[in-house]
Amino acid sequence: MSSHTLPAPGDTHGHDDHGHHDPNLQHHFVEMAQQFDTAKLGMWLFLATEILMFGGLFVGFGLQQAKFPEAFKAAHHHLDRTMGALNTVVLLISSFTMVLAVWAAQTGRRKVLITNLALTLVCAGTFLVVKYFEYSHKIHDGLLPGKFFHYAQGQPNEYIFFSFYFMMTGLHGSHVILGMGAITWLLIRAIKGDFGPGYYTPVDLVGLFWHLVDLIWIYLFPLLYLIG
Amino acid sequence: MSHHAPSTTSGGHAAGHHDHSNDWKLYLGILLALLVLTVVTVAAASFDFGSANVIIAVLIATCKATLVALFFMHLRHDSPVNAIIFLSSLLFLSFLLILCIIDIGSRIEPKPANWKGPSPGLISPADLDKPVVPAGTAPAAGAAPAAAPAPKH
Amino acid sequence: MATTSTPVTHHGGHHAAHASFLEDPQHRGLMSWLTTVDHKRIGLMYLWSVLTAFLLGGLFALALRLELLTPKEDFMTAETYNKVFTLHGAVMVFLFIIPAIPAALGNFVLPLMLGAKDVAFPRLNLASYYVYMTGAIMALTAILTGGIDTGWTFYTPYSTTTGGAVTLMTFSVFVLGFSSIFTGINFVATVHKLRAPGMGWFDLPLFVWGTYATAIIQVLATPVLAITLLLLAFERMFQIGIFDAKLGGDPVLFQHFFWFYSHPAVYIMILPGMAIISEIIPTFSKKHIFGYRAIAFSSVAIALISFIVWGHHMFTSGQSQLAAVIFSFLTFLVAIPSGIKVFNWVATMYRGSIALDTPMLYAISFLLLFTIGGLTGIFLGALSVDIHLHDTYFIVAHFHYVMMGGTVIAFLAGVHYWWPKMFGRMYNETWARIGCILVFFGFNITFLNQFAMGAKGMPRRYYSYLDQFQGNHIGSTVGSWVLALGLFIAAGVLLASLRKKYDAPDNPWGSKTMEWETQSPPITHNFPNNPVMQHGPYDYNAPSVRREA
Repeated sequence: MSSHTLPAPGDTHGHDDHGHHDPNLQHHFVEMAQQFDTAKLGMWLFLATEILMFGGLFVGFGLQQAKFPEAFKAAHHHLDRTMGALNTVVLLISSFTMVLAVWAAQTGRRKVLITNLALTLVCAGTFLVVKYFEYSHKIHDGLLPGKFFHYAQGQPNEYIFFSFYFMMTGLHGSHVILGMGAITWLLIRAIKGDFGPGYYTPVDLVGLFWHLVDLIWIYLFPLLYLIG
Repeated sequence: MSHHAPSTTSGGHAAGHHDHSNDWKLYLGILLALLVLTVVTVAAASFDFGSANVIIAVLIATCKATLVALFFMHLRHDSPVNAIIFLSSLLFLSFLLILCIIDIGSRIEPKPANWKGPSPGLISPADLDKPVVPAGTAPAAGAAPAAAPAPKH
Repeated sequence: MATTSTPVTHHGGHHAAHASFLEDPQHRGLMSWLTTVDHKRIGLMYLWSVLTAFLLGGLFALALRLELLTPKEDFMTAETYNKVFTLHGAVMVFLFIIPAIPAALGNFVLPLMLGAKDVAFPRLNLASYYVYMTGAIMALTAILTGGIDTGWTFYTPYSTTTGGAVTLMTFSVFVLGFSSIFTGINFVATVHKLRAPGMGWFDLPLFVWGTYATAIIQVLATPVLAITLLLLAFERMFQIGIFDAKLGGDPVLFQHFFWFYSHPAVYIMILPGMAIISEIIPTFSKKHIFGYRAIAFSSVAIALISFIVWGHHMFTSGQSQLAAVIFSFLTFLVAIPSGIKVFNWVATMYRGSIALDTPMLYAISFLLLFTIGGLTGIFLGALSVDIHLHDTYFIVAHFHYVMMGGTVIAFLAGVHYWWPKMFGRMYNETWARIGCILVFFGFNITFLNQFAMGAKGMPRRYYSYLDQFQGNHIGSTVGSWVLALGLFIAAGVLLASLRKKYDAPDNPWGSKTMEWETQSPPITHNFPNNPVMQHGPYDYNAPSVRREA
């Protein structure tokens, strides 16, 4: 029987001999480009799951909004458009600094990388601070989800809007926090000098995640704050 | 990595073949475009286009999302597989949305012929802890069950 | 490389230099297993875990059948019965059948079939296992601290109002979903990026195509289940007003969301089963698979169609007539790719030199049982017929024919097929065949009776029933004992083989796919050298073919 197990072209060594490779190359990949593309593909698959998970919420929101248009319209006036718009701008800028960070890693600009990762963190922190003020205002007024809703002049079914408001922004906010954790980790590694043109996979992947967080907010902002 | 064996893969490092040093200008342009679109969407919301409000908002958001995906997320130069994954997630989401709309939009809500109360399903927060009142007996309370009968078990 | 016409023992012959992954001297002891990133070890850990879940779910099933022996209450109250059938369903679906083939067998075999050293993301693979175990422990806690009586479908509004541990169980399923997503992401990336040099998409073994299609569903459908269960848990805890009609929600919307995942999930269960059959039939017919591309594309077609047919679970639930008609029409589409597969398998066997080893016996059982399950599915997809048969034992019998007669039988076929590769031992062929035959007849006795009484109107999910159904119920219960006996014999035969020394040759069945090219059991890095595609996965027409062992 002819055998499958001939040496591959370009791979003349055995399985346990990877000494001369890039230390970032895992044993089951042949070359860095393959590893990078695989990681990126995996990240995109993960992003697809995120889109479908948030998507379920969007579909539920849309259907309930169509069912109770007056209640949703009344409820969305309680949201602060200025704060929402401010957060939109903050997140867009953070996306920009993140893509600059990826670019800096790719082109070997270490200081630019560190600066932009730090700026992204600052933006993310700003977003959360603004969100905190919004939330505390809503909590104070009793504009809360479900059975906790106790706003004095509440309209019928307004609580459904706030159920969605808190679930959607809450789930989004938890992604912001996760992203901040990942960016902090990148920052530490960047300061240690781990990234350069030859290896910047983590920066690229976290960047993709961060842009998705931005992308979701791009839809959340008009649907919740502007249209209701 | 300069010593690539011939690889069937694309994107990523393969994109390193073109010069990146001026990419930041492009990114800055995209950011400005995104900010302008944000202003547009806020401005558009101050007019009432009726039922087109949602469509306009979603269209502008989709323009912004497209810019983010193509440029910030590098889909423009990336392997097409990644774009296919991204688009298929939206496609399958649209299946969920469209088929749900077909169902909910074409339901016939059974109402008594002499029904004068609020549309079924409207509930005030104050009613939340009260027992459900059957439809038609107390329309003022508004605690009519929604159109759909409960599923069987 | 020498062909292995004589059995290769662990201590002799060509492979003496390489210890198998089971006893790699560099990876010894319990900790080396618990922290392993080797896809083969993770696959085996999954295998033992899902088999435990199968045993648990099976014991619940036996208890249910025993209660149903007589029309009156015997040893379970109505409430206990509700809890036990919920647990049977939830454990079998979420803990056993969804991870069984992809996560246990797929994990072991898929990289070997591609000539890869591991899956694309080995650490994510290990994480998937621990996420699964976390979900399993949560489910077990939910069972022990109050149980769940909603059925595995958690339909609202009952699930938002009943007592018990529903919230914990939904979180458990939420967590289990992530384990499934991780496996799916891993497999898609592995198939795309880690194929051996020279292996194109149409050189892939059909098992890989099937698992790939499954992984697509896992990635695209499971997140919707996650958000649905989160919404359900919040509806229970905070009354957020989405699924409960009393709060302004729409209970049918829950069913839409739930089945948007759970119908594709049915194909997460059956597609890998079909994939195993596509390997076994050409191997034991010694013929090139008939209609390779048709089978490959039909897997993907099933995966895609599975997303737009979910409403056929809701024909009597209050969805609109228009939606019901659309879903009924779309449902018939599934029959096309499924039929293509069955025809191609039969055509592969036609004039083949068929060897009735245990895996092939299971595969033939699969053909018979899956065809019955599939055809009754067409009855149920027809709107008017379904109104009569909905929520009767006809449904129960239908999905057991597909899920158990299909997936579980295929799983058993796969376990018997790859057992020599996984553990390096041959099992007792005679007793394994006896087990298989008992499973086949026990299964049919159990569930043919359920078709009959379902058509006569016996509703599902009742602990007591009218006297007129007792004949069928007795038959069904006796059948479940035969089935259980067959399964215990199969388990005993396989476990007994583990006490032997290594005696399995590299390629006991004379297969042509790549996993049989390495030693049994494989070394830690799978292949001594990076393998290259030399011939197709079903090239049985090549002159060098001969039956080994």
